[in-house]
Amino acid sequence: MSLLEIKDLHATVGDREILKGIDLAVNAGEVHAIMGPNGSGKSTLAQVLAGRELYIVTAGAVTYDGKDLLAMAPEDRAREGIFLAFQYPVEIPGVSNMYFLKAALNTIRKTRGLEELDAFDFLNLVKEKMKLMEMDQALLNRPVNTGFSGGEKKRNEIFQMAVLEPRLAILDETDSGLDIDALRTVAGGVNALRGPERAMIVVTHYQRLLNYIVPDFVHVLSEGRIVKSGGKELALQLEESGYAALGIEDEEEAVGKV
Amino acid sequence: MSDSTNTIETFANQEYKWGFVTDIEADAIPRGLNEDVIRLISAKKQEPEWLLDWRLKAYRHWQTMTEPTWANVHYPPIDYQDIIYYSSPKAKKDGPKSLDEVDPELLKTYEKLGIPLQERAILAGVAVDAVFDSVSVATTFKEKLKGLGIIFCSFSEAVREHPDLVRKYLGSVVPTSDNFFAALNSAVFSDGSFCYVPKGVRCPMELSTYFRINAKDTGQFERTLIVADEGAYVSYLEGCTAPMRDTNQLHAAVVELVALDNGQIKYSTVQNWYPGDKEGKGGIYNFVTKRGACRGVNSKISWTQVETGSAITWKYPSCLLIGDNSVGEFYSVALTNNWQQADTGTKMIHIGKNTTSTIVSKGISAGHGQNTYRGGVKILKSATGARNYSQCDSMLLGDQCGAHTFPYLEVKNTSSQVEHEASTSKIGEDQIFYCRQRGISTEDAVSMIVHGFCKEVFRELPMEFAVEAQKLLGVSLEGSVG
Repeated sequence: MSLLEIKDLHATVGDREILKGIDLAVNAGEVHAIMGPNGSGKSTLAQVLAGRELYIVTAGAVTYDGKDLLAMAPEDRAREGIFLAFQYPVEIPGVSNMYFLKAALNTIRKTRGLEELDAFDFLNLVKEKMKLMEMDQALLNRPVNTGFSGGEKKRNEIFQMAVLEPRLAILDETDSGLDIDALRTVAGGVNALRGPERAMIVVTHYQRLLNYIVPDFVHVLSEGRIVKSGGKELALQLEESGYAALGIEDEEEAVGKV
Repeated sequence: MSDSTNTIETFANQEYKWGFVTDIEADAIPRGLNEDVIRLISAKKQEPEWLLDWRLKAYRHWQTMTEPTWANVHYPPIDYQDIIYYSSPKAKKDGPKSLDEVDPELLKTYEKLGIPLQERAILAGVAVDAVFDSVSVATTFKEKLKGLGIIFCSFSEAVREHPDLVRKYLGSVVPTSDNFFAALNSAVFSDGSFCYVPKGVRCPMELSTYFRINAKDTGQFERTLIVADEGAYVSYLEGCTAPMRDTNQLHAAVVELVALDNGQIKYSTVQNWYPGDKEGKGGIYNFVTKRGACRGVNSKISWTQVETGSAITWKYPSCLLIGDNSVGEFYSVALTNNWQQADTGTKMIHIGKNTTSTIVSKGISAGHGQNTYRGGVKILKSATGARNYSQCDSMLLGDQCGAHTFPYLEVKNTSSQVEHEASTSKIGEDQIFYCRQRGISTEDAVSMIVHGFCKEVFRELPMEFAVEAQKLLGVSLEGSVG
């Protein structure tokens, strides 16, 4: 059985249906790219999987590790190993990055039956992971994402992922707002986390990221449905001929190519 | 958003965790107030003539005054004739001479509250002058303090043992005619704490008093007077929790601080009196006058308060900066949940040259709570080179609560500097979701964000109090956001 199985998933926000029947199976060890133009439902899919209550699931089923994912609270999903790297990481003034991450790690460790890390062990772990992300240690003591640049926020997301070691990582437009050097670092961090036990869903508008994080599968989303699936070459096709070649409208196409 | 609102409501639905009533025989006098009652209180406490006269003067003035209505709080009229003005745990003989003589029920109550008494006091390094209802029943560490010349005792004892000091300073910061509640307190105060730190002495431990209101329908009127003589330093902690009640209870305390040349007083409060139930029934009315006078040069008075309890809070710990270069500080966290109302802040009156004051106020509103910051900064003509910095932040949890800010600034010279910053924030659904996606529960997320918000104030609290204050905020907000 797959780690994640999505069957005929429908979801609405307000009275608008965004997801109109998604089917997807993701096995441990695989990296799936979800591509599609703005408004196709990519980010909604990511948010629904993470349990955002803003979106109402109206039909379909999702199982994660054999469990009914949709019945689980967001924090339980996180504790069971689902990690969402946010497209727009949220600022939490007054709460230090370090304190936040330690609290997160220790609740997750507790769920896994591991001992909570004390301050020293945590610091050692964090230092090691920071090197991986080439992150400035000063960011640790700053409030979560507060006053971070766009690039710092995205790095911080992947850094958190490295510390929390999820089983299923969902990266929502992690490449947006990154310059090429930052993109390389972030991709390097993600690649270092690839492994046989870990699955990843990489949501992106552009093929660019996929030069660095090479996916096993690519799915193209349009108007709330997966309209095409294939291997990594599908992304390259899109790069060359655009979404229009698949009969998909994309208003950002003209400016979107990098 | 709906989820976030729900959790705010759940938070708001928390029951008061520290409600219990100790079954002790109380020695109370009949309801109501007149000169005979005041004479009776004074007689019961075997007070000298001058103090009785002082009380009577206050009472006569009080009769000419009307209750203030300018505060942003609403409550039904108080019947001052329906209050019992004095009650004390009934003495077995003439009053306990050691802990063994203290009512075991009373000690159990303190135990439940986790108040360090006996060994706990020694372990925690805290000297406790425990005021239970109106009479002090136990004082620890007195001998050690005595060796340094520090006087720390109940107010009644101070009146007996150190009448000259009491007479010199009592009412010198908050005169009997100061305001309605201060006048009432001056007329009927039953007990409280007194502390005098002599010249050049640095008090080696945090002094602490726990006040409790226990006997039913007994207004409690404490009087606290702390004097730091030249070059002296003292840190004083006041903490309160009260048992659960149906009827509103009036509490009108007066605290006076005096700092002479180079003297320093740090006064910290954690207040957790019964806030009333979910429907807003019951709860303490907390109408307190707290003021410190920096009389000497380079003197400093610092107020830190964490106010989570009481149905209504009316409280403005203030500083009179008289001595040149004197410093006044006010750090406050005020939390209102359910139907609580707080109108709190400070007054900094700059009189001496180069005086400085700092105000950091953090207001948190949840449920239907209403939180008002009211601050006055007054820089007189004589206060050349004076500086003030005020920062006043509000945080809202949910959409039924309110935050209000009334800063008054009055500057009468051109060489002074006044800064005021204010902000209002809301715990966002996106923040909560972000935390939950990292495995942190909603409650932990709220408490984490609120603690972050209050950090600048908690930093000012003595260590053991900071821990208690954090716990208290957690308890007061449990179930409040999603």
